[in-house]
Amino acid sequence: MNSILTFLGRRHGGDKLDMTDVITYLYLLLGAVIMFGPVVWLILSSFKPLDSLYEFPPTFLPYRREKITVAGYDQPLDLYDVTMPDGSVRRLAQISQVGIGARMIDPAAPDGTVIDVKIDQRKPVHSIHFEFANYTGAIQGFPFLTYLQNSVIVTVVATLITLLINSMAAFGLSKYQFRGRDAIFLIIISTLMVPVSVILIPAFLVIAKVGWANNLWGLIIPGAATPTGVFLLRQYMLTIPDDLLQSARIDGASEWRIYWQIILPLAGPALAVLAIFSVMWRWNDFLWPLIVVSKTELFTLQVGLNAFQGELNQQWNYILAMTVLTLLPITIVFAFLEKYITTGIATTGMK
Amino acid sequence: MKNEEAPRPQPVTLSSDLLLRPFTWLLGLADYILLPLQKLIGPQRMAYFFVLPNLLIFGIFILLPMILNFYYGFTSGNSILLENRPFVGTTNLERLLTCADYLNPKTCSEDLFWRGAFNTATFVVGQVTAMILLSLVTALALNRPVVGRGFFRAMFFYPVLLSPVVVALIWKWILQYQYGLLNAILVAVGLQKIPFLLEAGWAQFWVIAISVWSQMGFFTLILLAGLQAIPKEMYEAASMDGANKWQSFRAVTFPLLMPTMTVVLVLALIRAVQVFDQVFVLTNGGPGTATLYIVQYIYRTGFEFRNYGMAAAASLVLAIVLLVLTVGQLVLSRRQEAA
Repeated sequence: MNSILTFLGRRHGGDKLDMTDVITYLYLLLGAVIMFGPVVWLILSSFKPLDSLYEFPPTFLPYRREKITVAGYDQPLDLYDVTMPDGSVRRLAQISQVGIGARMIDPAAPDGTVIDVKIDQRKPVHSIHFEFANYTGAIQGFPFLTYLQNSVIVTVVATLITLLINSMAAFGLSKYQFRGRDAIFLIIISTLMVPVSVILIPAFLVIAKVGWANNLWGLIIPGAATPTGVFLLRQYMLTIPDDLLQSARIDGASEWRIYWQIILPLAGPALAVLAIFSVMWRWNDFLWPLIVVSKTELFTLQVGLNAFQGELNQQWNYILAMTVLTLLPITIVFAFLEKYITTGIATTGMK
Repeated sequence: MKNEEAPRPQPVTLSSDLLLRPFTWLLGLADYILLPLQKLIGPQRMAYFFVLPNLLIFGIFILLPMILNFYYGFTSGNSILLENRPFVGTTNLERLLTCADYLNPKTCSEDLFWRGAFNTATFVVGQVTAMILLSLVTALALNRPVVGRGFFRAMFFYPVLLSPVVVALIWKWILQYQYGLLNAILVAVGLQKIPFLLEAGWAQFWVIAISVWSQMGFFTLILLAGLQAIPKEMYEAASMDGANKWQSFRAVTFPLLMPTMTVVLVLALIRAVQVFDQVFVLTNGGPGTATLYIVQYIYRTGFEFRNYGMAAAASLVLAIVLLVLTVGQLVLSRRQEAA
């Protein structure tokens, strides 16, 4: 214990661990539990069978009631540890329960001797068990895979389109002089703070007029012209020296070639940040798909999950399993790109 | 926002190079169409071509709706089609903003809107205060030389990535009345179970708490970046002048963090005013109208009651609030730069 404290207390200046350090660590540890604990609880719960989900108080780890098949009985019987009158503990299977008494049988000696015990003398036998049936049931019993497919299509296609058209616009706005350039940039910037919620009704009308209500394109295209992306990429491209473009022009490169062979590779880091943002936005998007799509077969994961939790009020085992599956992809992305995501957000101030 | 400090270029790795190959091939192919175009219109005008796709989508799906929103706000009827909507002038806005007693939503002609406005105001004050305080404390803690800083930073940030639906479901399960974890803890320490999402006060509290939980990592990160941008020499100078920790916090950290704090405050306000999706899944505005906020009012009025005029009018009011906040930020940051 002492060595741990000295380890934790090791600091640049070689000072001792003081009170502020202790408070800092306590705060951070408590914070980590509060921030991540709920997700751990969700994952553990998602592996519990339905009957133990509805047990109070809940257990921390997923357990299963041990059952045993005894010759002469059709159904598997519940196993109990029973404290016998002489103080010894025997593992017995319960045949039936009558009032405060229970009729038990020894599974090791199934000759039919029925043992009567009081119910407060027995304890159910549990063992740790991860119930994957929640997951298989959720995937098979509901159009989960369709939702997953829609979410993946929307996320991937939308991110590619976003990267392409935002970088094109950023290139045009940062490397050319033309009439109306500053006006265009200003209009785009001024909508940085316009959320979907403010244009909900007319945006829906436009989608309906274009014929994209109940169409995945209606989810993909409108959000592709992100002001955030144009802004981020333009600021980055401004740092690319114009001489590079000039010498390429002298070598006979077309403007398009300059865009995709010089600008795009150089803007790689900014594109990566935008790609991560776009994946996050699209995967987690809820309000927009909720409005545009009303056919079940076009639901994204988020909308589908919301629809489930409305319908399957009592089937939390499936809801929990599906929630875990929904958060899994973004969690994996985060695990691999944590540094990139956090620095990207810290430097741009955007999410 | 510090956009000048974008990450520096890094060598492209082999695997991502392979992944990108089909795209670079396609982009190269486009040159066969675009080179003739360039010959036709000249290299300078190619800029219009580059800006066009983005501008087109932007114009149709963001700019046009913004303009149409005014039209909806000043017309009435149940049709979403513009030609079937009679012009009514400011009737919708008047109805929205008329109250016998502005402190009592029940006396308003559109009581649900005012209920939503009051709830939103309470939410904004509670959520923004709690979140900024907690983010600041966390950022200060993470700015110290602690072991496992990266781990803690990741833990605090992780909920930011979760979707509103996922966040709402995680907490719905924890707050569940009969089998929830939190009620189990309450019973274990000898207290009574509480129907958290069915009692108005508790529901309002949890909506704020969950929203803070899911967003504070983002603000912590920005504040941490602000703290790390403060030069070490400033602290050394302060301690040479004999300042203790609290004094150097007040004289160095606090004033130098102010610009970042302004950004964080305004961003937090703008987001808080728009609170919707998490709550939509968690309580759907309930119990009663205890957690009904403005955006949900717009959603309900527009898409459930099909009263597009009122919904658009409410959107206009919300847009004005957001505009004021954005302009406020600009003015504040200008003033700070000048100072």
